[in-house]
Amino acid sequence: MDKKTSNSFSNDQLLKFYEKMFLIRKFEEKAAQLYGAGKIGGFCHLYIGQEAVVIGILSSINSEDTVITAYRDHGHILARGVDPKLVMSELTGRKDGISKGKGGSMHMFSKANRFYGGHGIVGAQVPLGVGIGFAHKYRNEKKISRVYLGDGAMSNGQVFEAFNLASLWQLPVLFIIENNKYGMGTSIGRSAAGNDLFERATVFDIEGEKVDGMNFFTVSDAAIRARDYINNNSKPYIIEMDTYRFRGHSMSDPGLYRTKDEVNKMKEIDPVLMMKETLLKEFKIEEDTIKDIESNIKRQIKDVEKFSLESPLPDIKDLFTEVYL
Amino acid sequence: MKILLPALSPTMETGNIVKWLVKEGDEVLSGDILAEIETDKATMELESPDDGKIEKILVKEGSENISVNSEIALLTVEGEEIEEKIEKTIESAPPVIPNGSEKNIKEINISMSSLLKEQSDGMELKNWSEKEITMREALNQAIEEEMNLDKDVFLLGEEVAEYDGAYKVTQGLLDKFGSKRVLDTPISEHGFTGLAIGAAMSGLKPICEFMTFNFSMQAIDQIVNSAAKSLYMSGGEINVPIVFRGPNGAAARVGAQHSQCFISWFSHIPGLLVVAPSNARDAKGLLKSSIRNPNPVVFLEHELLYKEKSNVPEENDFLIPIGKANLIKEGSDVTIIGFSMSVQRILNALPSIEKLGIKPDIIDLRSIKPLDEDLIYKSVKKTNRVVIVEDGWGNTSFGSHLSYLIQSNCFDYLDSEIIKVSGKDVPMPYAENLEKLALPNTDEITSAVKKVSYTK
Ligand SMILES: Cc1ncc(C[n+]2csc(CCOP(=O)(O)OP(=O)(O)O)c2C)c(N)n1
Ligand SMILES: [Mg+2]
Repeated sequence: MDKKTSNSFSNDQLLKFYEKMFLIRKFEEKAAQLYGAGKIGGFCHLYIGQEAVVIGILSSINSEDTVITAYRDHGHILARGVDPKLVMSELTGRKDGISKGKGGSMHMFSKANRFYGGHGIVGAQVPLGVGIGFAHKYRNEKKISRVYLGDGAMSNGQVFEAFNLASLWQLPVLFIIENNKYGMGTSIGRSAAGNDLFERATVFDIEGEKVDGMNFFTVSDAAIRARDYINNNSKPYIIEMDTYRFRGHSMSDPGLYRTKDEVNKMKEIDPVLMMKETLLKEFKIEEDTIKDIESNIKRQIKDVEKFSLESPLPDIKDLFTEVYL
Repeated sequence: MKILLPALSPTMETGNIVKWLVKEGDEVLSGDILAEIETDKATMELESPDDGKIEKILVKEGSENISVNSEIALLTVEGEEIEEKIEKTIESAPPVIPNGSEKNIKEINISMSSLLKEQSDGMELKNWSEKEITMREALNQAIEEEMNLDKDVFLLGEEVAEYDGAYKVTQGLLDKFGSKRVLDTPISEHGFTGLAIGAAMSGLKPICEFMTFNFSMQAIDQIVNSAAKSLYMSGGEINVPIVFRGPNGAAARVGAQHSQCFISWFSHIPGLLVVAPSNARDAKGLLKSSIRNPNPVVFLEHELLYKEKSNVPEENDFLIPIGKANLIKEGSDVTIIGFSMSVQRILNALPSIEKLGIKPDIIDLRSIKPLDEDLIYKSVKKTNRVVIVEDGWGNTSFGSHLSYLIQSNCFDYLDSEIIKVSGKDVPMPYAENLEKLALPNTDEITSAVKKVSYTK
């Protein structure tokens, strides 16, 4: 693992990032468990394996910056600082859910935390995110719109329309491809012609790079480079994150399209375990310090679970509210 | 902690334990594969819910038809006591569908208009200083006035800026507001519509022009799935104050792909407001209200009406509330309902209807969604007869829905069937004679009126 980042975070800051990665991991494991117990329904796409991406990017984010992503959004909204209780209660479809139980796993938003969803149509979040970048520029705000998309989404037409618009109008947008190698059961090789995915944006004069997305430090470095590039050049930028999802596409995916060997091999570079190891070995952080953080999170997740199951179902009258303002 | 047989797909009720991959006493990490489970769909892997030690395997390998949520193994984990409490909570958690919910839903079925905030009303009664202008000019004025009043309003679309608008509705706006607020887009409807919706989500108020609504189909996903639904699925967090506007409906001799009405499409979608004015005055007042409205509004204009003139107030505060129809002619014998271009067709048929001695109420709906049900039912209860005229295809159309609403709300008042005069169920032909036949015409409207009036 690439150890030291050129951007020097204090040990306390690094521990905070580790804590968030660990929180996402434990949150998602709990979600899987509750799904299995029938307390979460429908589609439920877990983020396990990809945590270094969202937390590496987080290390470069200003709290005023905005984020938008697709349906694999639990990790993203947690990274933005939304209370895990509200997120889990959304998964269980309860009144206290961040969308009052009306959105579900794929549709969560928080204006206060600058998180704009939570979108179920592959690719649709990309023009939306460019529009948020448009609004930043229109208002002369020094903000960047961060737009996440999958490797599968990189073959959806509107994404290229959005790249063109972002570059044409010089919008402050960072595109982040989470290339986890599969769109459902279709491997990237079976869906995308040509070379690296990020190169598809270069024809629109958008600069970019491919980065090891399993490693917090490489992601963080790239994220900070990208942020500085966008701020200095007033232009969009694209990063392709090499990453992997350890679980199925959603909860009912038997995973026949990939071998156990492949998955196990990727688990050897588990981003959460690797960051922990680096903190212990390279940053000489005490094992007990990390253990404390982990057991705190585990305890927190238990509270989250309890809260999300005790929260009442939404009021029946809410069926008809919030269709119009 | 008990390991229960999980539901590994939304439809799974029982499963078979094909194989245990761990044995009693094994230490496992969260996510480690414990067993292979055969479901109704496929063979899936059971992962450990937590770090711990396999205490006991309760259901042997090879067992079949085990119900979901049966205990199949025990896992010892740190902090066990808390676990047990939580398991109880899980067990006692309410089921997904509460009892009696259906009954409650019926009790609170709410009408569309009550979902919207009160619209400012009574504006039309004021003494305005008026000028006769075309609908094209009226729309242009509405946009200019609102852009002057609110710097968050901006306009984007193909040819709206340097070319002055494909139909000259946006003429001169680039000069007045500059390229920051009046933007020519590439021919990327899906992309620029999504961009506009994203900008609206972050608080700007875009006017998104489609050169014609035919091309809005390229962006229908963004309109339906992003603009219309975000408020609801975010639990009220994200609203989308946007206007989609442009010419809709049958133009003249432009053939099948450029000549069609989308009113039925958009009015089908909860979360969208749909407006379709028939004259310059309404166009100005309604466009201004649409731009100020915090919801996504689909504002359907008509190319053949752009040149039509009427008296239009010049003041900034002239608004026509969304959701209010206009009784443009008062009679007693039959209610004829139209909107946008079909109002013109009804007026064209009026002389031949009056020649029969029939005096109609003519209603211009102006807003399709929300619909001014009060005004419609009041008229129907007076005339007891209804003809609906729509340019769009009649199959599963807005007119069909309207006639359903009327029969269910005015059943005892109707003295005749309701007749709908719609566009013919064919793609728009090019030839002049065929194109005329494809759209509602004077003869059809007059005979419908005769029929509901039992007049020969
Ligand atoms: C337009 C559209 N087509 C199909 C789907 C169904 N679908 C949901 S996720 C998915 C795969 C997307 O893969 P990718 O973009 O790589 O994201 P990942 O799931 O790997 O995060 C598909 C085909 C959809 N949601 N939207
Ligand atoms: Mg993927």
